[in-house]
Amino acid sequence: MVSEMAKRTKMRRSLPARAFDALNIVILLAIVLATVYPLYYIAIVSISDGTAVNRGEVKLLPVDVTFEAYATVLKNPDIWRAYGNTLLYTVVGTAINLIMTALCAYPLSRKDFYGRPLFTFFVALTMFLSGGMIPLYLVVQRLNLIDKMWAVVLPGAINTFNMIIMRTFFQQIPVSLHESAYIDGANDLQILRKIVIPLSKPIMATMTLFYAVQHWNSFFSALIYLNSKAKYPVQIMLRNIVVASEFADQQGDIGSVASGFHVVAQNYKYAVIMITVLPIIAVYPFLQKHFAKGVMIGAIKG
Amino acid sequence: MDGSSYALKRVRQSKYLYLIFLLPFLYYVIFHYAPMYGLLIAFQKYNIVKGISGSKWVGLANFKRFLADPYFWKLVRNTLLLSFYNLLWGFPAPIILALLMNELRRKNFKRFVQSVSYLPHFISTVVVCGMVVNFLSADGPINSLLQGLGFDTVQFLVRPEWFRTIYIASDIWQTMGWNSIIYTAAICSVDAELYDAALIDGAGRFGLVRHITLPAIMPTISIMLILALGKLMSIGFEKIILLYNGSIYETADVISTYVYRRGLLGSDFSYATAVGLFQSLVGFVLLATSNRITKRLGETGLW
Repeated sequence: MVSEMAKRTKMRRSLPARAFDALNIVILLAIVLATVYPLYYIAIVSISDGTAVNRGEVKLLPVDVTFEAYATVLKNPDIWRAYGNTLLYTVVGTAINLIMTALCAYPLSRKDFYGRPLFTFFVALTMFLSGGMIPLYLVVQRLNLIDKMWAVVLPGAINTFNMIIMRTFFQQIPVSLHESAYIDGANDLQILRKIVIPLSKPIMATMTLFYAVQHWNSFFSALIYLNSKAKYPVQIMLRNIVVASEFADQQGDIGSVASGFHVVAQNYKYAVIMITVLPIIAVYPFLQKHFAKGVMIGAIKG
Repeated sequence: MDGSSYALKRVRQSKYLYLIFLLPFLYYVIFHYAPMYGLLIAFQKYNIVKGISGSKWVGLANFKRFLADPYFWKLVRNTLLLSFYNLLWGFPAPIILALLMNELRRKNFKRFVQSVSYLPHFISTVVVCGMVVNFLSADGPINSLLQGLGFDTVQFLVRPEWFRTIYIASDIWQTMGWNSIIYTAAICSVDAELYDAALIDGAGRFGLVRHITLPAIMPTISIMLILALGKLMSIGFEKIILLYNGSIYETADVISTYVYRRGLLGSDFSYATAVGLFQSLVGFVLLATSNRITKRLGETGLW
């Protein structure tokens, strides 16, 4: 993007310009540090000795490294079960998302789909109008989905914004491919499965990431739709252990202690946070390029 | 060929496409249009056994009850103030970040800063709130730092005057990098020749930013601003539900958290739906108004 001219001017940079460059680097490094340090701090506390943590000695490096907190966390069967639930919801939910989004995007990408403008309007309108929390809850309740996995995975089956991104991608596939498939006697279902989807791997990958992260991190639908502890995803466990218990000790609230939020050691809480974010942080460096690309497609075309 | 048989032919040609579209169609009907129909309960005294058709109609009674509630003004004030401050601090942050990153000369360092700044977007709200409450707790790292510097400890989490700062700071931490992507994309599409022309005219670096980069990304900024103004009333409640507690409702309770408590925890469905509908209506008016103002100022609007 920098042209020849700009490059030549760079050669004779003035002193204020260089001072600005230096300051800019310092500011951005400070932002990087402010972004990373909280996460790093959690990591080092989670592997430090509990008493050192309480004395406030853990700042830059772990003190008396121990994996005791993790051992305690992993001994808790509730956490294993919650982890399993989250995996299940993420896999099933993402599969439903991908199938439904593609099924919706494909017909709407076809110019010869009779009634296309009407259906596009029908779908796009939902981005601006919604019934809101309570009416949706009542629908889910009426469908008898309360306290079932389906309540967590079905109401968000299609993210309309993602669907539009996918539709735009499908539209770039040459019409001649469809026509030759028709001549070979294929119908639209077969074309979608054997031609369109295989040609759309990049967008499918991006969508998989978007949807999977969303399921992994989601807590609100589980909070309102699931009642039994055996079905809680890991984010709800995390909320109960890390957030709610903190408020319980802050206020010395006997009521909430009695209801199961007992005082929990710092390094234990931080270990629970770590096992929740670790999968995301572990895959992030490899996938972040795709994430950003997906947003760009959406930003330009959507 | 007359019109109806032409239509029939087109329908027949698209029959597999209809088959493909069937499930998505049902999805939108059930999970989007049925709840819109369900908004009718805002005008009823909804009885869960009798359903919408059997419940008693009460006209605007639920709305009147909300407007007459002494808590009404506090909720509206909290919602608007939290959103307004969040916009005031949170809206310019990604623009400034994108501009600063654009000035970096080393491409590798730029990519590194970008990658790191996007990361918090992928961290769940629960984890962010977990970090916030633990860092700010009475015996947490922030308070031990304050003590170390000789200050008194602050009970951040139970003091209403701290809530907005905490909410907004953690929001900026989480969203600044990700939201900068759209501005970075806009900056990248600026024609390089414009910069060359300005350099010939003797513009300095701040001149380039002021006279070329900023005007070039203005349409993007104005669209993002309209969208943000449209959301002033509907500030996300997930984070508030995790961060608030009875002692800070004074500043932390907003319309959507109130809907959640009254509707789902209190099962007062009709009243909560009316409150939610009121919120959406005001939000829509805000969106339309800001769209009109931006267009009058000569910037790009949404419609």
